[in-house]
Amino acid sequence: MSEERAGTAASVPDSGEPMLGLREMELNFGPQHPSTHGVLRLVLKVDGERIVSARPDIGYLHRGTEKLFETETYPMVIPHTDRLDYVAAATNNHAYCLAVEKLLGLEVPKKAQYIRVLLDELQRISSHLLWLATAAIDLGAITPFFYTFREREVILDLFEDYCGARLTLNCMRIGGLLEELPPGWIERVRAFTEVFDKNIDEYEDLLTENRIWKQRTIGIGILTAEQCIEWGVTGPPLRGAGFKWDIRRAIPYECYPELDFEIPTYPNADTYDRYLVRVAELRQSRRIVLQCCDWLLKNPEGEIRGKTPRVIKPVAGDVYASVEAPKGELGFYLVSNGSNKPYRLRVRPPSFINLQALPEMAKGHLVADLVAIIGTIDIVLGEVDR
Amino acid sequence: MTDETKPPTPPSGGDAAPPEEKPAAETAKPPAEAAKPATEAAKPAAAPAKPAAPAAPPKPKGPTANDASSDPVVQRLTAALPGVVLAAKELVGQVTVEAPPEKVPEVLRYLKDKEAFTYLVDLTAIDWKARVPRFDVVYWLHSFEKNNGRIRVRAGVADGAECPSVSGVFLTANWMEREVWDLFGIPFSGHPDLRRILTWDGFAGHPLRKDFPVEGVDTGAAIYPDQYPEGGGPSVKDPLKKVVS
Repeated sequence: MSEERAGTAASVPDSGEPMLGLREMELNFGPQHPSTHGVLRLVLKVDGERIVSARPDIGYLHRGTEKLFETETYPMVIPHTDRLDYVAAATNNHAYCLAVEKLLGLEVPKKAQYIRVLLDELQRISSHLLWLATAAIDLGAITPFFYTFREREVILDLFEDYCGARLTLNCMRIGGLLEELPPGWIERVRAFTEVFDKNIDEYEDLLTENRIWKQRTIGIGILTAEQCIEWGVTGPPLRGAGFKWDIRRAIPYECYPELDFEIPTYPNADTYDRYLVRVAELRQSRRIVLQCCDWLLKNPEGEIRGKTPRVIKPVAGDVYASVEAPKGELGFYLVSNGSNKPYRLRVRPPSFINLQALPEMAKGHLVADLVAIIGTIDIVLGEVDR
Repeated sequence: MTDETKPPTPPSGGDAAPPEEKPAAETAKPPAEAAKPATEAAKPAAAPAKPAAPAAPPKPKGPTANDASSDPVVQRLTAALPGVVLAAKELVGQVTVEAPPEKVPEVLRYLKDKEAFTYLVDLTAIDWKARVPRFDVVYWLHSFEKNNGRIRVRAGVADGAECPSVSGVFLTANWMEREVWDLFGIPFSGHPDLRRILTWDGFAGHPLRKDFPVEGVDTGAAIYPDQYPEGGGPSVKDPLKKVVS
């Protein structure tokens, strides 16, 4: 890998001298910039083309979601969680339901667990496809967008057939799921998943050995595993730094221990390796989806919701539950006082915490590379600002 | 952390769980005095009201909190830093340690260096309104090395009192503390850059405090001042209606 990488890093070696001998300039980046994936504003200090410091300014999409949680009963909270990371609603629903179920001491039926995992992994695929499309567009490669959205459309159609929504799914319930799967749905998921491996090959044909893509990503935005842990960065950036850690294996939930999949890691901690991790995760998610489909086809009988009480009043206490969302560790910290509304519900948003490491990653790079670095963190501002 | 007491997922004994009383960590007092267990001032009324769910015969009563002072990490922490553990309890396998706020950086430093809790998962706060130290600041730590164990540290902070920053221990605490300052108004002493983060500079109030109205307050930034009432609240004039009539 190393000789292949030699000389491809787009960053200019840093001599430490001011480039133009001019004083530093302040540059506003966003909030209305297309590559900021929403309303992220960065205040850059630049020396010529080189970034001296970057200061993220967030909150443009703050809707007070955590305040709203406190005014709703437990089941009414679920649709609000859709709006956090709005391209991965299923995992948001899932993390919240897990937290409440833990405090209720509620068992989720096996079949519901498999369907939840199936939805999660489809959601992970669609989220990663969106990431791949936008990250490539940011760097000038428009074609992957058309390829990935072709498959993403299929997944969104599947979601629509299951729960009527394409993005804000609201598909899980405390103790289980919204409803039974429609007839023929699993067969359709299977048919899509069986050919999906070839689609991933197509994306890789476009990018993995693409010289421009490699020049724009290798050596850009390095964040080592130690730095990741210090900054609390989880998800693909952590695994792209060679640290094998995934909540699905580390703190297993639902039926993940019964499923066969790997946690891909790549060692170089740069934008290119984070891309490779996400592509490898697409393949692993595909494997999980196939296993879930097979299990569900073999076990069509079963409950989709546990013994959920009609009025949900968890015991007083606090609990934290987390899932491996496409962006990293998504957690819900629930404090109950025994009433039917959460007393306090805190979201531990992976995007918010991963974004915090951006100044560290951007330091010393060129302004054009900043676009790649913002893309590689995979932020969704709905989750950052809540 | 997890194996100390049984995870209570199966329906445990029929007893109603006691409300989660908070041992009051008297912030101003020295830790020795603060160590006395607190009055159950939090919500004594909640105890009998708990099993209010309609009578479903085999329904799970839910998990119960247990004392966790025998947890190995808690015991080592107590031995290494006497007086910092005011209480320790366990609920659904998650151990919570109560500590006085002024000792929190020390506790977190110990847990990070000696117990390998190298990853600060989350930092947040809870507003208990009438309770005497009004807020709880909650730290949730993770250890990669020790079997993915997790531990929660909780410190009671009085309204207006400062809580020492842990951003020197964990870099990631920087934004989390800014968020707690923004939304709860708990100032963190020693924080390198304590500015608002989700609301804007000059915003009045701290939205996640329980006495902050859900409708919001007048921030002076209304674009249509005649349409939005002074002091906040929903619109008094529906712009769509005007178009129709």
